[in-house]
Amino acid sequence: MAIDYLAANRFGLGHHPDDAVSTSARAAQAALERQLGAFEPSPQAIAALPGPREIAETYILFREQGDAMAGKAGAATTADERGREPAARREAREAIRLFYIDAAAARFAAAVASPTPFAERLVHFWANHFAISTEKQFVSGLAGNYEFGAIRPHIMGRFSDLLIAAIRHPAMQLYLDQVLSAGPDSPFAVRQSRPRGRPGLNENLAREILELHTLGVRSGYTQADVTAFARALTGLSVAGLGRGALRQLVPDGSQPGDSIYIAERHQPGEQMILGRRYPDTGPQQAEAVLRDLAAHPATARHIATRLARHFTADDPPPPLVDRLAADFLRSGGDLPSLYRTLIASPEPWQGGPAMFKSPWDWAVSMARGLPVPMFGERQNVPDLLGQLGQQIWRPESPAGFGDTVATWAGSGGLMQRVDLASRITARIGDRVDARTLAPQILGDALTADLAGAIAGADSPAQGLAMLFASPAFLRR
Amino acid sequence: MILTRRTVIAAGIGAAVFPAMAFAAAPTDRRLIFVIQRGAADGLAIAAPTGDPAFAGVRAALVEEAATGARLDGLFTLHPALESAAALFAAREAHVAHAVATVYRDRSHFDGQNMLESGGTRPYGRADGWMNRMLSLLPADGRSALAVAPSVPLALRGALPVATYVPSRLPQANADLIARLSALYEKDALLHPLWESAIRTQELAGEIGGNNGRNGADLGRLAASLMLPADGARVMMVETGAWDTHSAQRSRITAQLRGLDQLVGALKAGLGPAWKDTLVIVATEFGRTVAINGSGGTDHGTGSAALLFGGRLAKGGTIAADWPGLGTAALLDGRDLKPTRGLESMIADAVAHHYALDPIEVKRTLYPGVLA
Repeated sequence: MAIDYLAANRFGLGHHPDDAVSTSARAAQAALERQLGAFEPSPQAIAALPGPREIAETYILFREQGDAMAGKAGAATTADERGREPAARREAREAIRLFYIDAAAARFAAAVASPTPFAERLVHFWANHFAISTEKQFVSGLAGNYEFGAIRPHIMGRFSDLLIAAIRHPAMQLYLDQVLSAGPDSPFAVRQSRPRGRPGLNENLAREILELHTLGVRSGYTQADVTAFARALTGLSVAGLGRGALRQLVPDGSQPGDSIYIAERHQPGEQMILGRRYPDTGPQQAEAVLRDLAAHPATARHIATRLARHFTADDPPPPLVDRLAADFLRSGGDLPSLYRTLIASPEPWQGGPAMFKSPWDWAVSMARGLPVPMFGERQNVPDLLGQLGQQIWRPESPAGFGDTVATWAGSGGLMQRVDLASRITARIGDRVDARTLAPQILGDALTADLAGAIAGADSPAQGLAMLFASPAFLRR
Repeated sequence: MILTRRTVIAAGIGAAVFPAMAFAAAPTDRRLIFVIQRGAADGLAIAAPTGDPAFAGVRAALVEEAATGARLDGLFTLHPALESAAALFAAREAHVAHAVATVYRDRSHFDGQNMLESGGTRPYGRADGWMNRMLSLLPADGRSALAVAPSVPLALRGALPVATYVPSRLPQANADLIARLSALYEKDALLHPLWESAIRTQELAGEIGGNNGRNGADLGRLAASLMLPADGARVMMVETGAWDTHSAQRSRITAQLRGLDQLVGALKAGLGPAWKDTLVIVATEFGRTVAINGSGGTDHGTGSAALLFGGRLAKGGTIAADWPGLGTAALLDGRDLKPTRGLESMIADAVAHHYALDPIEVKRTLYPGVLA
């Protein structure tokens, strides 16, 4: 049984060559448990990044410059139009691009350097569970702050607090259109003179919370529940992004980029959701619903299934799912308790490597395994992950990136990994000996065949490329 | 062969008497491309029912733009961004099927796409897709199938091998490394077939390495270049996303439809004479609400429109709709365009006609449980 390999890859992000090797299951489990306490929510690589206020202010500047442009208020769409835009707007556009690129690079650096890779894997897992996407420009600058500010600090707490932090973050509010939603009978809507332009309900966030973030699809909620939940969520918004009348409604003391509650946009009245009545308590109405959803047995089952799948196989073993779901309900959604149950369970340690690394896992584990820097200084990390088919913080939908073997094991994607491994190792192959590295990073998963194939390569670089493209290294 | 088989069917004997013919008759020069619109494309924007008396009321903010498109008949107007499509429609090389939907009646993208791709009767009820099952009806040399995607989409997943291709800007690994990896993967049940198809596809792709495939025209050119060669793909799936227009629908769907239009235009141009043997099916998982929401968008609905393009359509230049109307009482659940025809049977009929296959056999193979 490749205990050490599983501890490093299935639970972690791949071996550092100088990592201690776990020789028994008990030692491996104890080492993983220690990581839970040692997790650093704000490591150096991300601590210095800009916060939501600076990011929102840049957006505001970008938009104001756009509004000021002659002719039309909309964004420039062609290269020609962009060429004519004022320098201040170009600079703001570039700043927004850099917010994203710097944050993605910091995420990569944090994962590569982390002494608690199991905890880092959990950060990536939860950020993908509560997926946002940089598909919307307003979200792209905030995406890093979303993971660093809303996900990381809560992964060692309760699920309900993680859920609420994720939902309230400006990136989520913007991604799932919550900032556009207003109660049809809210004071704000009723005051609008033009009936056609009157704002109304947007049910996107409510639906995805039910379907993806808590209960799970086909768990019994109805369209009426979605609509009522969307009504309860009205008022939740982000400061600094509204125009016109909306700008007047921002609560005193709030700064651009703050998550806020605008009472004037809240749908008045009681809401009935999943058979329960929620009196109109303003911002507490949505929070009460979220706390009930977080404690629901369907949520326990949904989270248990996704977590079990991530650490075992496409079809997770039912006993593991049952155990995690029971733990979730018993502990009130205490996440470290779930992680401890997972570590102590036999299933993730059985059956050898079954999962296929995502492009992210593969690239991070390659960088962790190399004793020299994998990239030159000018490497654009998000661009590279995009080429590999997993652009950072840009899944195709709010369901996040898929988490099954079939999601990542494609012929085109495999060829791209080989191409990339080939390119990287061509640059550093003369400084790293693959024959020494292979047993250090594959440990008890290195077969004699593979060791022989690496040793028989026609150049050191080719041997290294074969290590990173080897069946064992592609799996976790 | 085709004529013979058609004669047989016309004579009323049917394929049951000649079961082997239904499997062997499909000529291999036929090409089929399925373009999936992920995110629930709004059929009421694609082909607007401008002649429906209720349309102007429910779609007020979008009416002005809808009127500037090509008139298809007394009831429907094509979206103005669909310029190539309008020309193809005039040339009887385009067909619109409206008020269609799969048997799925809920509003989850993931379930809806799963049903559209699997051709099953319930979400996640099948692990294979209708396109892969369709391959089994084609002769062995007409089964070369390719997805322009990093992994095989569900519609193409199944018993028969399928390649995937992602346009790459990366320099390619050298031939010696490729050969050594072939040996390394040989005994690996997952990696061996993936690697074999990756190598075949890389050879096939040849000249198009610089194309990033990001916009519709590039994607269309790419698809055509992968399908045109004598040993190229004969069946292809192209994925398009970002059809989920919860807000600011007017500008977003215009851009999306322009991309789709260019994709189809580039396909036709790129395929040249092979266009006459080509069928393009464009479909989405479900439609959007009839009414516009509070943010100038629409939410998840049911009935939508699907598009067919190609040189040998059965009903080119027409729009098929058993139109239910947009009056409040006619809507499904008071909010959605009511589907009046199955998307599954529309696709099965088009496939059967295209390959000159027995329609019953096609329905049974592509949509077991749904249509047969």
